[in-house]
Amino acid sequence: MPGITREEVAHLARLARLELSREELDHFAGQLDAIIGAVAAVSDVAEEDVPPTSHPLPLTNVMRPDEVRPGLTPEQALDQAPAQEQQRFKVPQILGEEQ
Amino acid sequence: MSSELTRLTAAALAARIAAGETSAVEAAEAHLARIEAVDEKVHAFLHVDREGALAQAREVDARRAAGEELGPLAGVPLALKDIFTTKGVPTTCGSRILEGWLPPYDATVTRKLRAAGIVVLGKSNMDEFAMGSSTENSAYGPTGNPWDLTRIPGGSGGGSAAALASFQAPLAIGTDTGGSIRQPAAVTGTVGVKPTYGGVSRYGMIAFSSSLDQGGPCARTVLDTALLHEAIAGHDPLDSTSIDAPVPPVVEAARNGSVAGLRVGVVKQLSGEGYQDGVMQRFGEAVELLRELGAEVTEVDCPSFTKALAAYYLIAPSECSSNLARFDGLRYGLRTGDDGSRSAEEVTSLTRAAGFGAEVKRRIMLGTYALSSGYYDAYYGSAQKVRTLISRDFEAAFGRVDVLVSPTAPTTAFPIGERVDDPVAMYLADLCTIPANLAGNAAMSLPCGLAPEDGLPVGLQIIAPAMADDRLYRVGAAVEAAFQARWGHPILEEAPAL
Repeated sequence: MPGITREEVAHLARLARLELSREELDHFAGQLDAIIGAVAAVSDVAEEDVPPTSHPLPLTNVMRPDEVRPGLTPEQALDQAPAQEQQRFKVPQILGEEQ
Repeated sequence: MSSELTRLTAAALAARIAAGETSAVEAAEAHLARIEAVDEKVHAFLHVDREGALAQAREVDARRAAGEELGPLAGVPLALKDIFTTKGVPTTCGSRILEGWLPPYDATVTRKLRAAGIVVLGKSNMDEFAMGSSTENSAYGPTGNPWDLTRIPGGSGGGSAAALASFQAPLAIGTDTGGSIRQPAAVTGTVGVKPTYGGVSRYGMIAFSSSLDQGGPCARTVLDTALLHEAIAGHDPLDSTSIDAPVPPVVEAARNGSVAGLRVGVVKQLSGEGYQDGVMQRFGEAVELLRELGAEVTEVDCPSFTKALAAYYLIAPSECSSNLARFDGLRYGLRTGDDGSRSAEEVTSLTRAAGFGAEVKRRIMLGTYALSSGYYDAYYGSAQKVRTLISRDFEAAFGRVDVLVSPTAPTTAFPIGERVDDPVAMYLADLCTIPANLAGNAAMSLPCGLAPEDGLPVGLQIIAPAMADDRLYRVGAAVEAAFQARWGHPILEEAPAL
């Protein structure tokens, strides 16, 4: 399998919402390339007819009765918020002016 | 008197408290004094909750004075890995992104500890978000191994293991995603168990890789570990992956150690190149001991184990890249760069860049890569197939033997700094522990001696089928008793004074 380029790392960082510096991108590109090289051995089984396992327990949906139970109060939920206003989380602008 | 209390096993300390020979407050004070005296050197704790611990101890003493029937560990102090939420007590998960965060709720494990009268001394150090094998990835600095403070105590639960080995607490809680309970136990000469997946609730245990993460008990003896296991295990409606079945009889097993007639399999694939000579020597002696004690030992072939490490370092980062998306700087924790001109997305990216350390960033990007279109089948999809093949290897093995054994880690504790910038070398520390996580089996590490070349502890790993956790304790208790009879004392007696 191909290695990973610095441009791909920059793209991954954007997807993962990580603002990385130029130096960090260089550093991580080399390390991620080495890690991907080391884990590529799994692809030996890519063509084998084996079902995938996503979880150790054979669970499907776990249901419970839909009952009202006490939860956090608004004060408790907002207590650790970086900013709050009118009993809400105050966040930076999400949509641009023109949207 | 007070220093003597810190040398006792949890079972012995609990018995003294129950008999009225000492109090829970005296036990807490003795351990808090020990922390005061040595933790500047060891750095096992991120937060010591002195007032909370003493208040809890006073409550245990009051309940006992009122004639209440208390649990078998009531009044015994404990170090709680900083991955478990504690209401109103700082919980950082070893990360800057949660610095100063005061959770609004207790984890189920925290709640169960309190209900059992177990006194939480504080929060123990760990690799950030449990990602690491050395505790060097903690944002708050590394923990030293009490056997040699210039070496790593293992990870991610190095703080918990070091607290035990330096007699700052007789009990500790860890979490094990790829070996984070067992490998620290191995390199510090202590005992640790990863219960069957689903055996201990994950509610309030900050998620790293949800299909692998498992909380569990750590202590200095097999019996203490079993007593703690029983206190924290059991079904929890708040964790939909918790197993709705009775807890295996772990304490009864730990009190009745025996391997007579037991079929023990030595995993062929967990040895060879990369394994330290002294580790293999002590492991070989442990296998010989099992034979002497009446076990029937055979070699077992688990061919897919050679791909376990590779599969793990695709599955765990994939799940972590999704789990850690919750740290967005909007609702709790760190927020950086919100100057009124930046969008939420920009603030989130700046916050995550400032709040996460290098290993967390590496794993998030690796997971994002493995799950991305065009690579998903080759990487994540193949890793899931390997997971199936590993479970099949275990199934075949447990058709022939009752438990499997291997070294817990390929080497003894390495020097702090040696592998910190070489992720691939660091990942090798988890070589032997990962298969049990991928399949969800129960596994234990306990001391099997000191490596002749460096005098550092070596761990024996025992693996049992899912929901057969009691087998670990039955075997572990027998091995522990035989080794201590041979050595004449518990292995930690040989650790240098701090």
